[in-house]
Parts: sequence; structure tokens; C-alpha cells
Amino acid sequence: MRNKWTEFALNWLIKISGYSAIIFVGLIFFFLLREGLPTLGEVSIRNLLSPRWYPIEGYFGLLPLIGGSLLVTIGAALFSIPIGLCTAVFIAEVAPRWAREVLKPLVEILGGVPSVVLGFLGILILAPFLRRFLDIPTGLTALTGSILLGAIAVPTIVTVAEDALDSVPRSYRDASLALGATEWQTIWRVTLPAARSGVITAIMLGIGRAIGETMAVMMVTGNAPVLPVKLSSFFSPVRTMTATIAAEMGEVAKNSTHYHVLFFIGLVLFIISLGINIAASTAALRQRQRSERILS
Amino acid sequence: MKKVGYLIFMILLFILFGCNRGSETPAPDASSPNAKSIVNKGSDTLVNLALAWAEKYHELNPAIEISVTGGGSGTGIAALINGTVDIANASRQITPGEIDQAKANGGDPVEFVVAKDAIAVIVNKSNPVNQLTLQQISDIYSGKINNWDQVGGDARPIVRLSRETNSGTHVFFLENVIRLGDPNNKTFFSADTLLLPSSEGITSETRDNPNVIGYDGLGYVTPEVKVIAVASDSSGMYVLPSADSVNSGQYPIARDLYMYTNGLPKGAVADYLNWIMTADAQAIVTQLGFVPIATQ
Repeated sequence: MRNKWTEFALNWLIKISGYSAIIFVGLIFFFLLREGLPTLGEVSIRNLLSPRWYPIEGYFGLLPLIGGSLLVTIGAALFSIPIGLCTAVFIAEVAPRWAREVLKPLVEILGGVPSVVLGFLGILILAPFLRRFLDIPTGLTALTGSILLGAIAVPTIVTVAEDALDSVPRSYRDASLALGATEWQTIWRVTLPAARSGVITAIMLGIGRAIGETMAVMMVTGNAPVLPVKLSSFFSPVRTMTATIAAEMGEVAKNSTHYHVLFFIGLVLFIISLGINIAASTAALRQRQRSERILS
Repeated sequence: MKKVGYLIFMILLFILFGCNRGSETPAPDASSPNAKSIVNKGSDTLVNLALAWAEKYHELNPAIEISVTGGGSGTGIAALINGTVDIANASRQITPGEIDQAKANGGDPVEFVVAKDAIAVIVNKSNPVNQLTLQQISDIYSGKINNWDQVGGDARPIVRLSRETNSGTHVFFLENVIRLGDPNNKTFFSADTLLLPSSEGITSETRDNPNVIGYDGLGYVTPEVKVIAVASDSSGMYVLPSADSVNSGQYPIARDLYMYTNGLPKGAVADYLNWIMTADAQAIVTQLGFVPIATQ
């Protein structure tokens, strides 16, 4: 009787925990919709698509903020994906056992450094360095934000990708090497494709961290709401969606237009992350289906 | 085991449903005669002063606890409107819109001038420019002047620094410097103005970067930056900000600092505000680099 009860309770507990993730996402989405959608009634589409963000006087152009977030995130991806994947491959495939046992925990510790600390390093060291090195008017630029975000995303990418590479069966590598492939060919043509779904997950999680990161970005990107249209925008200040929400949410009175617009930005951010995640899982799924077809 | 499972189940239920209204704790009742704690929030310009006052007052009246937090004038007034604080600190006057919101929430903000402040315009120590007129500063910030050689400096691009839009300093500077006090003037900050979330950010960027112009409350200016002498027009006298030049009305960028209560203050809050107007409390104002109001 007692055991049955325990079983029953635990069973439900696990079920509830499992479903709660879905419920929470649903509730968050509902809340964002409820607080954000009134924007469309209060602010004209023309205003929302204008290039000026100056909320205290009713200018709610979202394009500079969306552009700023995308620019910084793309920059971060360009830094973090090659570095992260190479590190993961090195740790999983190349490094001797002792190096691996030192490197992996070190990378995980790097992942635990609070982003505000990285932000401070960015303000005090990286920004002045970039300003002198590139001879630009100020070091608080999209590039600075990208480098910091890259540093924040790398540990996530390394940890997840290394696990994925590690779970590729030993026999794959042995077979490849037995067929006369070099180690590099084995890594590039066999191990990486076999771990592809895990590697894509790693990249997406890394990018997800980058696009959602707030504090470090707010400290080093200068927060000027300029629409980034040229390549040189990379070397000038930008304002991201997350920094805007963080900097302005404390100020707004509840249910004012500005408040609704900030939630609308949250909604846009939510939809962008959702899009990235769906794209990633479809890519991973398609790959799996293909390999299953080949194997069967 | 069964009990533990049940307990966890109940806790989970509580988490799921119990947090519904959890964030909307009722405001401490300031009007009750037994109130021993005062919640004070708002302007980052005022926060150090408010803290110093709170500490001193607590020393004199150990029964009264005053908690002080910053966040910006808008944040403080929003909190006053939402009823979560007893006193809101503001470095700008409450806007008609905010008064309307307060009245819609059943409140009635009452204003007290508690000190005066001057905004100092600052540049890097290596910048040869020593003085500017209000018109020149306005042209620099609105983007009409983009190089230091147009105002007698080196041939360097100008990088504009500003506080975030939720800072009272930002609004004051916009209205009284960029728009030169003319309510019909719709000049904006140039879009590429860097909006930094803290005084510390402005000081550190000004210290490191010879291209920047920044502004901040006189109380926050450190010896690491150079203060510009300002004239109201080109025929006028260039004046450096100081307690004397602010009180005599010579320095053109000065303002009153406010505390707001919801309705006429009673009990402990009234005693506290009365004490702030005394010479003792105003002596602290001078120590922190602000300008005291005339005391009776």
C-alpha cells in the first residue's frame, strides 16, 4: 500500500515537472502577448518601423534595436562557433587524457563567470584596446559586444559539442581509420557528421545565450539606437533589445505605452529565439531521418 | 517516504498556483503613526545624498529605519505611483503625465525641494577645450558639430555620452541645454549618442577617451576628468560649476532636486522631511558636492 502510494506520488511528481516546462513557456508567452499586444493599438506600425527610438517622447522605432541585437549576435556567432567547435574537437578527439581532464573543467569554470564581470573587463580593457588598435572614435561598439558575447557563448558550445562528439561510438572512428583515413579526415568526415545533431544543438544554445545576454552587452555596446545598415556599423555603437528592456523597464509606469512596447520587444525576442530553436531542431531531425534511411 | 512525496507535491502546487499575486505586496502604510520604516527610492543623482541623510537620521533616531535605493527619477516616481515607496527622489520635476497616472491610481504627489545640483560638462584631460557656450553644447549633442576643431580643439571626432533616458539628468539636460529651455524646440539627442547606464560608465569612458564629451551631476565629477566652463551666450561670462556659482545663479546648468510623497506626509515621514530642511541635514549636502537650499 505504502509503496504503491509512493510510486503514485513520484509518478505524478515527475509528470508535473515534465509538463511544467511546457506550462511555464505557455504562461510566459501568454503573459508577453497580454502585456505586449496592446502596443499594436497604441502605437502606429509606421512609428514601430521608424528608425528612431526615443521612448520618453513617443518614438518607438524598433528597427535599430532589432538590427543591433542581430548585428551583435551574428558577430558573436562568427567568433564563438569556430573557436568553440575547434576547442570541442581538440578536447574530445586530439588532446591527451590529462589535458582533457584539465581543459574541460576549466572551460566549464569560464562558463560560470558572471557576465557582469566580463562586462567590466570589457569596459576597462577590451574597449580602450580596440579604440586604440582600430583607431575608432570610441571602443564601446558592436564589435566589443560581439567579442564578449562570443566569450560567453564559447563555454556552452564547447561543453555541449564535446559531449556530442564523445558519444559517437568508438567503432565509427576505428572503421574510418581502418579504411586508411587520416585522423583529420576521420574527425571532419566521420565524427563531426555523426555528432551533427548534438553539435547543432550546441551552436544554437550558444547563440541563444548570446542573443539573450543583457548585462555585458549593456555595458560595452554604447547603447546608441542607430540603425546598423553599413558594414562600418560593426565599429560603431548599437543598442540591443535586451539592453533596452533592462535599462528602461525599471522606469516605466505600469500599463503605459512605453511599458507595453517593452513587452512587445520581449515578444519579438521570444519569437526570434523560438524561430532559431525550431530551425535547429528541424535541421537536426532531418539529418537523423536521413541517416536512419541510409542505415536501414 | 509518502509524506515527503506529498510535501513535495504540495510545494510544487504552491509554486505553480501560489505565485499568482505574489509580486504585488501591499505598500507599507506610511500614514500609520507607528510606522518605523521609510522606503525611499528614485534618482541615482540623489541616491548618495539620500543614503547619507538616512544614515545620519537613523543615528539621531534609532527607531526609524530608512531604506534607500536608486534606479532613476522615473523609477522612483513610478514606484510612488504604484504605491511601493513612501518617498520618491527625483532630479527633475514630476511630469503632468505622471501626476495624471498618480491620480488615476488614487494618489496625490506632493513636492519638496531638498537640495540643488549643477550639471557639469566634462571632457578628457588631454582635450585642449576649456570653455563652451550653451549653444555650442546644444549643437554638439544634436549632431550639428561633429569635430572638436569646430569649437577650438584638436581635429578629432566628437563622441557624445549621455545618461540613459530614465535618468532625470538626461531629461534636464535635454530640456535646458539641448533645447535651451524652449518648450517648442524639438531638437533631439543625436542618434549616435552613447547612452550609458551609470555615472561610473561616463566617468571611465571620459577618463580613457580623448574624443568624448559627457555630462553628469556635479557631485559625481571626479578629478580624473576635466570640467568645462559654460556661458549662457557668447557675450556672457564662462563659469565653472561650484556651490557659489550655482547659488548666485551664475552657472547656467543648475536645477532643484526633489522628494515626492503621496499626499501630505504624516508621522515619521513628515518628521524626516522636516529634518532634511534643517541646517544640519543641509551641511551633508555640501559635503557631497551638491548645493544646499537656504534654511530657516
